[in-house]
Amino acid sequence: MVEVTGASDQPLLVAEGLTKSYGRLAACRDVSFVLYPGEVLAIVGESGSGKSTLLQMLSAQLAPSGGRVSYRMRDGVLRDLAELGEAERRFLFRTDWGYVHQDPAQGLRMAVSAGANVGERLMAVGWNNYGRIRQTASSWLERVEIDVARIDDAPRTYSGGMRQRLQIARNLVTEPRLVFMDEPTGGLDVSVQARLLDLMRSLVNELGLAAIVVTHDLAVARLLSHRVMVMKEGRVIETGLTDQVLDDPREPYTQLLVSSILPA
Amino acid sequence: MTVMLNVENARKTFTMHLQGGILLPVVQGVSFQVTAGECVVLSGPSGAGKSSILKMIFGNYRCDGGRISVRHQGEMIDVAGAEPRLVLNARRQTIGYVSQFLRAVPRVAALDVVAEPLLMAGVARDEARARAGALLGRLNIPERLWSLPPSTFSGGEQQRVNIARGFISELPILLLDEPTASLDAANRAVVVDLIAAKKQAGVAMIAIVHDDDIRAQIADRTVDVTTFAAAA
Ligand SMILES: Nc1ncnc2c1ncn2[C@@H]1O[C@H](COP(=O)(O)OP(=O)(O)OP(=O)(O)O)[C@@H](O)[C@H]1O
Ligand SMILES: Nc1ncnc2c1ncn2[C@@H]1O[C@H](COP(=O)(O)OP(=O)(O)OP(=O)(O)O)[C@@H](O)[C@H]1O
Ligand SMILES: [Mg+2]
Ligand SMILES: [Mg+2]
Repeated sequence: MVEVTGASDQPLLVAEGLTKSYGRLAACRDVSFVLYPGEVLAIVGESGSGKSTLLQMLSAQLAPSGGRVSYRMRDGVLRDLAELGEAERRFLFRTDWGYVHQDPAQGLRMAVSAGANVGERLMAVGWNNYGRIRQTASSWLERVEIDVARIDDAPRTYSGGMRQRLQIARNLVTEPRLVFMDEPTGGLDVSVQARLLDLMRSLVNELGLAAIVVTHDLAVARLLSHRVMVMKEGRVIETGLTDQVLDDPREPYTQLLVSSILPA
Repeated sequence: MTVMLNVENARKTFTMHLQGGILLPVVQGVSFQVTAGECVVLSGPSGAGKSSILKMIFGNYRCDGGRISVRHQGEMIDVAGAEPRLVLNARRQTIGYVSQFLRAVPRVAALDVVAEPLLMAGVARDEARARAGALLGRLNIPERLWSLPPSTFSGGEQQRVNIARGFISELPILLLDEPTASLDAANRAVVVDLIAAKKQAGVAMIAIVHDDDIRAQIADRTVDVTTFAAAA
């Protein structure tokens, strides 16, 4: 088998034997995979299967009971997340990673202006020219299809779809290499979801982002991801190329999952 | 002649877990080769497994046994056992697929649907869109439709967008699943010309066509899929 060479040959993130137990409940068991730059991985499965638990361990917000996560820092060195210093961890959260929550209120500051929500991430990485910050913030609002005239309004005056688009702008403004998303389209109505999905799809393509997207919506997985992992009771039961897993599912549980939705 | 695709003893059975785990054997012992500049037509009745074979070559369906070797970047890779990443790479650089129906992406204009494979291959946006327009024009899609998403197009229009998307890039292997099925005579003739031009350019093609007249015009060789019928 030949190796395809190129810049994306080095893994960006490596998960090995990730496990999380809550007392006797194993919320996540022995999950291992490798993510490459520019790759979009969807994690699907029913409620309670451990998707969010896994995402939190991958993004260093939850300490695993077993196993580890390694991440390739910008200097090219693969580092165990558990061994990072505080400054390095902060750097990841502020710059190199994005985290899109299902509930925009968790990822935004609801009482400050949209412009400040986006600008804040830039200031955190050392930008201090007010004019440039504002200009970059407006161009990002435009990119996520928010009327620039609303730049001084706080997101609590925005609709659900607009809030979610603002959350995406806030996350992407620092040009992260990896974005975590937990049910990014959950809670939105269908037409708003479709628009958000198109937007995410084109941004991910244009920016060459790697992303890990938790969703129970297979249409989201089909549209956004290159690969899927199917979870059940804390374990990964099937994994592969997205269209292969969805069009030719192998496991009984995956067949059930695929048959219970309308074709995308 | 350079062998571009070599299928050896490929096998496919579906296990229907929701129907009590019954086995649905589709094909076994699938073996054939395709060289550069050659168009091989798969023949056989409905349900024989023609589309399934194309999907296995594209990596869309899993292969339960055998090998599917594809010349990718000068080396033979086995699609049947390759990592997802390598299969995706092969789709970007080596294997194109015109499916029987367009799987439309909501809200994306027809022109961009067609230009996308070129963008992924690194062609500049303006040039990609210009080439997409030229091909849509050649397939008689009126310019007023180019900026609209194809989801509201007629069946034949959607199929022509799909064909344009498949033919626009310069991939060395093309899989064609009934590309002319819903087209009128004039557009069928355009597709026959496009296929001839691909042959000239050395592209290896595997096609499924029901129309005898079209088959006679494009086929260098026919492979009868019924010889791969799997015992039930
Ligand atoms: N802090 C906690 N303490 C105890 N149990 C927990 C905790 N967090 C999660 N769990 C349990 O772990 C299991 C997996 O939860 P998780 O939130 O990862 O599921 P999920 O796949 O994201 O589900 P959903 O689709 O409903 O969001 C569940 O049974 C949940 O009750
Ligand atoms: N994803 C799938 N899951 C289960 N069975 C499938 C799947 N795809 C195809 N089959 C079955 O495999 C057999 C071969 O189907 P296939 O589509 O390859 O036939 P075909 O030769 O292309 O037929 P046609 O000429 O009608 O298009 C059929 O019995 C079909 O029902
Ligand atoms: Mg969850
Ligand atoms: Mg068919």
